[in-house]
Amino acid sequence: MKATKPQTRTLHLDDYSSIVGAPEILELRALASRLRGRTVQMVNSTSVGGGVAEILSRLVPLLTELNLTLRWDVITGGDDFFEITKAFHNALHGAPYDKPPESFEIFLAYNEQNRARLQLDSDLVVIHDPQPLPLINDRENHSGRWIWRCHIDLSRPNPTVWSFLEPYVLRYDASLFSSPDFTRQSAIPQYLFYPCIDPLSEKNRDLEPEFIESVLEGFEIDPKRPILTQVSRFDRLKDPVGVVNAYKIVKRYFDCQLVLAGGGAADDPEGGKVLDQVREVAAGDPDIHILDLPPWSALEINALQRGSTIVIQKSLREGFGLTVTEALWKRKPVVASAVGGIPIQVIHKHTGMLAHSVEGTAYQVRYLLSNPSIAERLGRQGHEHVREQFLITSAMSRYLTLFIHALEHGSS
Amino acid sequence: MKKGQVPFRFATASYLIRISNQRATKLSELQEGLAKCSDSSIFYHTFHSLRRHHFLTEGFSDDFAQWIMAGCNQAALAERLAALDLRDYLSLSDLRNDLRSLVTDFCHSHPERARQEAFEPFYFSEAIEVSVPLNIEVQTLEDFRNVLAELSNASFHFHFVTSRLRLHLRTNDFSLWLSTGLGLESLAQRATRIDIYTNTLEVARRQLLALVSQELER
Repeated sequence: MKATKPQTRTLHLDDYSSIVGAPEILELRALASRLRGRTVQMVNSTSVGGGVAEILSRLVPLLTELNLTLRWDVITGGDDFFEITKAFHNALHGAPYDKPPESFEIFLAYNEQNRARLQLDSDLVVIHDPQPLPLINDRENHSGRWIWRCHIDLSRPNPTVWSFLEPYVLRYDASLFSSPDFTRQSAIPQYLFYPCIDPLSEKNRDLEPEFIESVLEGFEIDPKRPILTQVSRFDRLKDPVGVVNAYKIVKRYFDCQLVLAGGGAADDPEGGKVLDQVREVAAGDPDIHILDLPPWSALEINALQRGSTIVIQKSLREGFGLTVTEALWKRKPVVASAVGGIPIQVIHKHTGMLAHSVEGTAYQVRYLLSNPSIAERLGRQGHEHVREQFLITSAMSRYLTLFIHALEHGSS
Repeated sequence: MKKGQVPFRFATASYLIRISNQRATKLSELQEGLAKCSDSSIFYHTFHSLRRHHFLTEGFSDDFAQWIMAGCNQAALAERLAALDLRDYLSLSDLRNDLRSLVTDFCHSHPERARQEAFEPFYFSEAIEVSVPLNIEVQTLEDFRNVLAELSNASFHFHFVTSRLRLHLRTNDFSLWLSTGLGLESLAQRATRIDIYTNTLEVARRQLLALVSQELER
């Protein structure tokens, strides 16, 4: 396998010029100049692991490069705190909440400890997700503005947990959501903030064709025949069995291969069961490649996506769906379910194809395999859509615009 | 090289998108929403939509038409809305009136279709504009061409598309300066005629660039 050079150096804003264009970088600098002397603070619950920490670790240094005084603080808590916040997370997605009533007190006590420890005196404080939500209790001591960035779908929350958290949310000046579908009617302004990908990260940067080919060969995937790929953890909501069934329909018409690449089965009993089920429905077909990959496989995932003919995301329920963003960025034709944030990214027949069933997914895949020029156009337009809306530079522009608006005019 | 009496100052705009509490799940609710929503909402779903989808040259360039087609499957009404040319409007209230009148007429003629549930809701949103100067100014056509060659889509959209709402004139910032600043009336008119619907913003900018280059070579 010919190795591609690992990314070791620190990335700077100008490195993104070749991707989004020098004028766009100039515009970020022009926006940031309006914020000279202002201070901004981001607060979340972890510095490593998870999508929020991953994006903040890239966003904060880039915004700081624009001469913005920006601080990133992380709250701390014991295992009991994080067990409660995990239960909150599931409950806000609609799951039952079975923790005892004192769990709310424990949650508040840890937040009080963090409030005493952290200095929350910036002109603008951005709190990420529900874990540090009660830090808003500190706002009366300072004159800054407070924004809550909600990274999860709040449209159908468990009423017990939501009725506990909502009063805190309503004390913020504004909230930020990844999709209008994820919001609720609210008395405070709600702004649209798409999640983003970093085009220079291991998962998304350009790769040498030889490296892509060597990864495919390493997994015994034939680069000469069409490759259909779904990248996602082995979870019922990602419907990997449905993907295999769609592939079986396509296989009647095209000599193709299916790659299901994911992870999480080793430390998740439910994931393990789903993986067993997928292996069972795939049994006997050497053209189905089920890859249970470790978490450090970003480059391999990148290569698998780039080596694919069509990328599928046949989820039954989805958050924003950043694996779709990644595939679109790589100019891949995408066939995906119309759930969660996917329709924002996949504009049907323009930046990809939407489907609502196994049969619909199979049909759209067949259609694209039969019409490579249409597949190529969708991939090209999907790439442009991501460049315009879902890259880290667009997220920077959104944050700078929010900061200017909130500090110069208030939030509403 | 002729110098303009006043320089052309380049700027750009960035937008904060506010999701309003207003939603429509059927055409009759869209009709009500069009009456009540803010001007910033009309702007977001029309002028801003053109910018967000600038790389598409087929399909509908405004969000209302797109939803009526994709969410309500009413192709004829969608086509009528999409046919409204934003360049004909100098105010958002005029645009709102025409959008409302098309949707209202349809709802009156087809009350059963107006009450049909859409496949997906329409979320009214608003665009809050933050404009900033780029600290670049030019006085000659040659310098103008050089900056235009490197201009971002955001800045081009700001000067070429949304400018008529600020100017309240059937022109754009570039044509106005070419005409009144440099006295190049014919070039200004040809620039105004560039089609922003059948071209991407990128192609429209290149067309303007070509017109300016031709003028310089004369």
